Amino acid sequence: MKYIHAFVWFWIDFIIGDDWRIAVMVVAGMVLTAFCIAQGWPAWWVLPVIVASYLAVSMTWK
Amino acid sequence: MTTSQVFLITSTFLACAVEMVEALTIVLATGITRGWRSALIGTGVAVIGLLLIVTMLGSAIAQIPVQSMQVVVGALMLIFGLQWLRKAILRAAGRKAMHDEDAIFAAEQAEARKHVQDARAPIDWYAFTICFKGVFLEGLEVAFITITFGVAQQQLDLAIYAAVAAFVLICVAGVLLHRPLSQVPENTLKYVVGLLLTSFGTFWSAEGVGVEWPGTDVALLGLLLFYTLVAYGLVRILRTSPNASIA
Repeated sequence: MKYIHAFVWFWIDFIIGDDWRIAVMVVAGMVLTAFCIAQGWPAWWVLPVIVASYLAVSMTWK
Repeated sequence: MTTSQVFLITSTFLACAVEMVEALTIVLATGITRGWRSALIGTGVAVIGLLLIVTMLGSAIAQIPVQSMQVVVGALMLIFGLQWLRKAILRAAGRKAMHDEDAIFAAEQAEARKHVQDARAPIDWYAFTICFKGVFLEGLEVAFITITFGVAQQQLDLAIYAAVAAFVLICVAGVLLHRPLSQVPENTLKYVVGLLLTSFGTFWSAEGVGVEWPGTDVALLGLLLFYTLVAYGLVRILRTSPNASIA
């Protein structure tokens, strides 16, 4: 049980890292991109703009 | 060679090299302080374990459809890339302490000296465990990066060549220098890898959900240029902003 717990936490730590907001932002950005495509709008710029905005805002976080 | 192939080789090579430098520091600190036999046995067992996992994981991942892989791997790359890039920007701006392999090496040695060795035991279990854990965990990251990057790009052979080249280079440097690779500009490497992974991750995850990039592969260069400018701008702003702190 101890090893399963450690194994699961290794992957959570590996994938999510020390800031869960990055994972949330990436998933939200991809969903928004998919939504724009479904509406027939040009969507290639959506994710880069969200990523750049995240970087700028996250610089103020502790 | 296409733009995406150059990106694949460069990002796999650099990401693997950074993880391997960290594993090498642990092995060197333990080997020099506690003796090489147990440290190398621990390292060898970890490498064998990794090879077994890579063989199983590689064939399982190869069964997943490419577009699904691009979505998952693109998202993971973007997450890793942003973690590295954010820290690299904060370090470059003086808001976060630099990653220092010499300091880590000294801390590992101090910790290794604290544990008394049982002279009757056939193996120094402390040295074995520390090296096994260090190499296995860092190696698992290397294996994951190499397999997912390679499979998603349908060029696993190129990703493996890049990872093997990084392994050989770091091992040779470690054997020749016999001390931590503090000369490797690890912080700069992490900055570059962060930019590459963020660019690659954006490209794949957007393409995976249906985006058609203007200029196809050439858009990767545009993304790299865009993120480089954003990161550079943030470093400049943070450097001139008054509330600087090193954590």
